[in-house]
Amino acid sequence: MRRMADEIVERTGGTETLVLVGIQRRGVQLAARLASFIEERAGTPVPRGALDITLYRDDLQTVGPRPLVGATELPVDIDGMQVVIVDDVLYTGRTVRAALDELADFGRPARILLAVLIDRGGQELPIRADVVGKFVAVPAGSQVDVRVAELDGDDTVVVSPARSRTA
Amino acid sequence: MTVLGKDLLDLESLSVAQITAILDTAEPLKAISLRAIKKVPTMRGATIVNLFFEASTRTRVSFEFAEKRMSADAVNVAISNSSVSKGETLVDTARNLEAMKIDMVVIRHQASGAARFLAERIESNVINAGDGTHEHPTQGLLDLLTLRDKWGSLQGRRVCLVGDVLHSRVARSNIHGLRKLGAEVAVCGPRSLLPNGAEAALGVTVFDRIEAAIEWADALNILRLQLERMTAGYIPSLREYNRVFGVTRERLERAPRDLLILHPGPMNRGVEIDSDVADGPHSLILDQVTNGVAIRMAVLYMLRGGRPELAAAGMAAGD
Repeated sequence: MRRMADEIVERTGGTETLVLVGIQRRGVQLAARLASFIEERAGTPVPRGALDITLYRDDLQTVGPRPLVGATELPVDIDGMQVVIVDDVLYTGRTVRAALDELADFGRPARILLAVLIDRGGQELPIRADVVGKFVAVPAGSQVDVRVAELDGDDTVVVSPARSRTA
Repeated sequence: MTVLGKDLLDLESLSVAQITAILDTAEPLKAISLRAIKKVPTMRGATIVNLFFEASTRTRVSFEFAEKRMSADAVNVAISNSSVSKGETLVDTARNLEAMKIDMVVIRHQASGAARFLAERIESNVINAGDGTHEHPTQGLLDLLTLRDKWGSLQGRRVCLVGDVLHSRVARSNIHGLRKLGAEVAVCGPRSLLPNGAEAALGVTVFDRIEAAIEWADALNILRLQLERMTAGYIPSLREYNRVFGVTRERLERAPRDLLILHPGPMNRGVEIDSDVADGPHSLILDQVTNGVAIRMAVLYMLRGGRPELAAAGMAAGD
């Protein structure tokens, strides 16, 4: 995580216009942790926000509505800022696409970066992460769960093998 | 199947879990109306017909905003200038609209049961926006949301519906919704405007005097006198009604606690509610209107169902 924080600062060339935005739910905790690492080093506060992308999903027609898990909160005007989207796992890329659409409804950042803890491969869209905690090649059908202490009681990454579709 | 099924027709048949799910979904949707771009793409491509057989400003506009903020395409059919005035039946009107490939119908109708009648005969989702004196579920839901926002929980709270309960679909939806969420419900009004045997039939307390209701309640939901539905002499005069049942500042000042004030609109100021009360510090009347848009967005979203077998597969893939 510290290395990710350093890489983010390296890429944005400082913390002046930096905003970290976590995708609900685990991304929000990860963004908060990255922000506090960056604050430690830089000594300046880093604004952090949250995005709930449920309403921007492209699969409402096929999977139906899902419960909304949380609010979208952006602490600052994102116009002209360098926004880092933070998520736990990058898989198909569809969540990130939805997040990009949602950010566009709030303003026009100077730049948007993507930071993920785990890149498991298998993207279905031309979307790549700029900062990656770890690459783990996981076959389709398997499940990667990032657990964070704030929500799950401990910090672990669990990779479960493919299970039957009826599970 | 979606949490709500195909239609939203009443609150009487909804479970506590379903009502709570709608309120919980509406909560984060409120923020969309505060954004610079008041729109999310969620319901892109959905076509909705607002079929209003009765006059309405607030409810129709509220549904229309909700539809537009969810990116659905909405068409308003006002009955005064439609084929219904040429003698077409309700089902024929709806089937013709369906032949144009619509997804949902929001219906307001003067006949109790019209929404269910339609829901059983067409494939589109049907949302009841008020049917006769039966129910007005989205109004009931927005009242629940408004009170829940203030209190956190409705459990054990006391809400009194004041006025023309007999003709009020809002009252019926409120009574069902409030009781399901654990509130105690009372009604107060002239006996001629209360349903026969309200205590037993609806499970509510009845107050004959507004002073007693004010002493008992934590909130008053003040109903409009529905003069257009009164076919007989239910009350001697509006002035007398105001003198005996009008909610005035003087009456509220004698209450042992501050009462929250709701009114579904349109208000007859000086009849069932005085201006001092409607515009007073404890009035939630405009919060109700704001919450109405969020509630309707939530209902639209939750009815916009997908295919259940794919939903299960999507969950299993953990995407």
